[in-house]
Amino acid sequence: MATTTGHPGRILIALAVLVAGLITLLAVSGTWTPKLGLDLRGGTTITLTAKNTTGSGTVDPNSLQLAKSIIQSRVDSLGVGESEVTTSGDNQITVTVPNVQQDELVRLVGQTAVLRFRAVYTAEQIQPPAQPSASAEPSASGQSSQEATAAPSSEPTAGTSEEAKPPEPSATNSGNSKPNNKPNNKPMPALPTAPPVPLDKACVPADGKGTPPDQALDWQPSEGCQSAFAEFTCETKVTEVPDQGLFACNQEKTEKYLLGPTLIEGDQLASAVAGIPQNNVNWVVNLEFNSQGAAAFETATRELSQKSDPQNRFAIVLDGVSISAPSVNEPIPGGRAEISGNFTQKSATELANVLKYGALPLAFDVSEVNNVSATLGGEQLRAGIIAGIIGLALVVGYCFLYYRGLGIVVVASLGIGGVITYACMVLLGSSVGFALNLPGIAGAIVAIGITADSFVIFFERIRDEVREGRSLRTAVETGWRRARQTILIADTVSMLSALVLFVLAIGAVKGFAFTLGLTTLIDVLVVFLFTKPLMTLLARTKFFGGGHKLSGLDPGHLGVQALPGTRSRRPTVGRPAAVSEEGA
Amino acid sequence: MSKLSAIGHRLYTGEVSYDFIGHRRRWYLVSAILIAVSLLSLAVRGLDFGIEFKGGADFKAATMVTAQTVDSMKDALRNSGVPNLDDATVNTIGNNQVRVQTRTLDPTEEVPKVRTAIASEVGIPPDQVAYNLIGASWGGQITERALIALGVFLALVALVIGIYFRDAKMSAAALIALAHDLILTVGIYALVGFTVTPATLIGVLTILGYSLYDTVVVFDKVRENVRDIRSSTTRTYSEAANLAVNQVLVRSINTTIIGVLPVVALLFAGAVILGEGPLKDLALALFVGMVSGAYSSIFIATPLLAQMKEREPDMKKLAARIRARRAKEAQKERVAVTTASSPTSAPEVTRPGVAEELEPSNAELEQASSATGNGAKRVTPVEVTVKPDARSHREGAHRDGAAKRPQPQNKPRSQRKK
Repeated sequence: MATTTGHPGRILIALAVLVAGLITLLAVSGTWTPKLGLDLRGGTTITLTAKNTTGSGTVDPNSLQLAKSIIQSRVDSLGVGESEVTTSGDNQITVTVPNVQQDELVRLVGQTAVLRFRAVYTAEQIQPPAQPSASAEPSASGQSSQEATAAPSSEPTAGTSEEAKPPEPSATNSGNSKPNNKPNNKPMPALPTAPPVPLDKACVPADGKGTPPDQALDWQPSEGCQSAFAEFTCETKVTEVPDQGLFACNQEKTEKYLLGPTLIEGDQLASAVAGIPQNNVNWVVNLEFNSQGAAAFETATRELSQKSDPQNRFAIVLDGVSISAPSVNEPIPGGRAEISGNFTQKSATELANVLKYGALPLAFDVSEVNNVSATLGGEQLRAGIIAGIIGLALVVGYCFLYYRGLGIVVVASLGIGGVITYACMVLLGSSVGFALNLPGIAGAIVAIGITADSFVIFFERIRDEVREGRSLRTAVETGWRRARQTILIADTVSMLSALVLFVLAIGAVKGFAFTLGLTTLIDVLVVFLFTKPLMTLLARTKFFGGGHKLSGLDPGHLGVQALPGTRSRRPTVGRPAAVSEEGA
Repeated sequence: MSKLSAIGHRLYTGEVSYDFIGHRRRWYLVSAILIAVSLLSLAVRGLDFGIEFKGGADFKAATMVTAQTVDSMKDALRNSGVPNLDDATVNTIGNNQVRVQTRTLDPTEEVPKVRTAIASEVGIPPDQVAYNLIGASWGGQITERALIALGVFLALVALVIGIYFRDAKMSAAALIALAHDLILTVGIYALVGFTVTPATLIGVLTILGYSLYDTVVVFDKVRENVRDIRSSTTRTYSEAANLAVNQVLVRSINTTIIGVLPVVALLFAGAVILGEGPLKDLALALFVGMVSGAYSSIFIATPLLAQMKEREPDMKKLAARIRARRAKEAQKERVAVTTASSPTSAPEVTRPGVAEELEPSNAELEQASSATGNGAKRVTPVEVTVKPDARSHREGAHRDGAAKRPQPQNKPRSQRKK
């Protein structure tokens, strides 16, 4: 291959390799269609805005992250696949759930996380659904199911020197609770009233009166309540009422609890920190209450410590799930307590975080709910595809009409650009979760015009060069040098718009900015690596280089008398005066 | 098409040219009227902001639309048990969808009720009713962010223009053209009463980029043409700028058409197939803005630039120098008129009407060029008439004069604007 022909050929081969590589990646990932946004396949998007409940001030990013993980677990508890919870901006959380139309979702996601301390009335070991081994081995039951012990911190410092932790907390407690409590619940089996009464209503007294926190320790469940508890499984959803009793499970669903009314609200917890006390090797979680909480906690622990297992335990309940249910051995004054057990660093930190979250001064507003039915989604997808086909057809049609043979170059370039864009969208979908939504499709369609604009600039430049008297082969090269600059500027402006839009856009319209930016990049790639080398090659063919009538480069079409090859610009010079006389 | 292409050639060499700069007053007037109408409708009618900005709820359900659909849906809403729904608007989209817009609702209590009411009215399951709910304070935040986005974008665009042109007057002209496009687009929304949504806003911001790009293309060519303008003896700044506009005219038309075609497709799909939604909002703003952007870069930005530049002392001197030179040449040409007239009138017959498309009348051009103050000497009552004889006399004379100058591009301009 001669050096003159080798260059464009090599570039085209490089591009072919690139495209083949992309397609191989597609084959490897095994997905051939882009991930679709919820507006194209139906689903619900909920935008929550966090508010600082302490009044003014900004939302702490860590709190927001914690809130995000809590909301994620709430959504997961609905058992829907492919849900996504993301934070955006400095105070927003966006939840997207495909194909779920339940109003339940909005309620669940929007509610404020509530942490409450409740006294344990009954605790009962149950078989976890999937892992029977978990209950057998106390140590294997994880951080949240362990029966840790709350112990006083006699020192004002957080790292207490006092050895407060009982040596074998989980083994003794779980051993005791199981045999003790099962018989208690048996006396009233299978009451006929149980099914019609919702489980969470069974423990509400007939007069519906609640129990304030200071009397919560004296609360006694009714018989109906106890029998309902016997029926209760962890699969049942129970609505938490603060001043009523509650059925709850631990997170692993290895133990269920009949809990009394709220003793202490979570917002009275000032802090929760994981750490290793001095002279100790085990991780603990240190709690600190505010003054009101401290008084309530002291009263509660004094009474609880006098009871026997399991009623000497209290449960820390978040969103209706007991995240920890330690037992109390002695009254704890001063508002500082330590939960110990067989924690690892990870589990202690997790517990501390969850406790902190319950005390987070954050409330959430449901700012936006966008719900698209699958039918509407399908219709929007169809409209987007139709718009794309029409747009493409119009542009290609116009290019053939105006540029004739060069239309082939336009079609080929748009085709290559389209393949690369599609592959990128699919790959971005499977790798970083980019979802193509309706504004995104719009961006891609608008980009057809932007991409074709590059070709127009290039072709017009070539024609200008031909008019200046250059041969077609030279015109392609000199025209390219000038067009290149304009194309780059145009694409820079587009890219700039896309970037600003992406950074500042709200919600779904971000998709427009994203695809606009992506396609602008691909446009540069295609023009440099495909259109230009292709034109260089085509200029050498007889059809284009010779200025065939249909090539779009024929002399008559360009308005010059003959295609300048070896001829000077003489004809060009001669014509203007003659033509300009025909003005009228 | 080949006609346009051939015109492209003549525009490029300058043999056919429309005096955009000479006619600037006319186009300023057109734009001034358009802007006045825009501002007026903005002031009188205001913009119809979508619920995304105001807060509210929007429900959509598929149904066969009949004459009673709207009324019976209103009844259904009244009986839904949710208070204060009297000002809800119900309208139909196409013949198969009904849309209900209400105040903002409580997401857990009121939304399910309204959804159920709508669903039972049209006879579909409640989960088939799509809805979009925007909290009132959230709408305020979106508005705030939209304004921030607009501000940041304008500032950035101004910065880019400044860096790219490195010329205060070019930047000013480009920014005025941008503002022009922005006002016209917003004005159309106010005038027709289209709803403004976040998608509209994105469209508006995108066209700012487009408009800037159109202006960049024209100004690039202007810069190329005026590179050695100070030592020029043939062209004033205005003429060089006008040539630039003519040279990029076909390209501008082509890029605009090609840019607008996909937008038209989007508009079609959004308005005809879907009826409502981001496609329509986005495409509408893009459509208006792109057309306005192409118009303003040619008819507003360049004449403004030329006008500002002509005020510079250098350019005034240049214009004076060229005027003087042309006056001298005109005298010489007057002698040549009689000898050159007959041979050049022949080719006139072979290509009729081609130039007409972009050159309304020579008489106009002459008047205009005299208005710019460049061609003062040459305009005589005889030339203003459209009699073929008089014109061919004149043109013949120019041709002689032009032959002395080698560059083909300059010649036609100088012919017209001695």
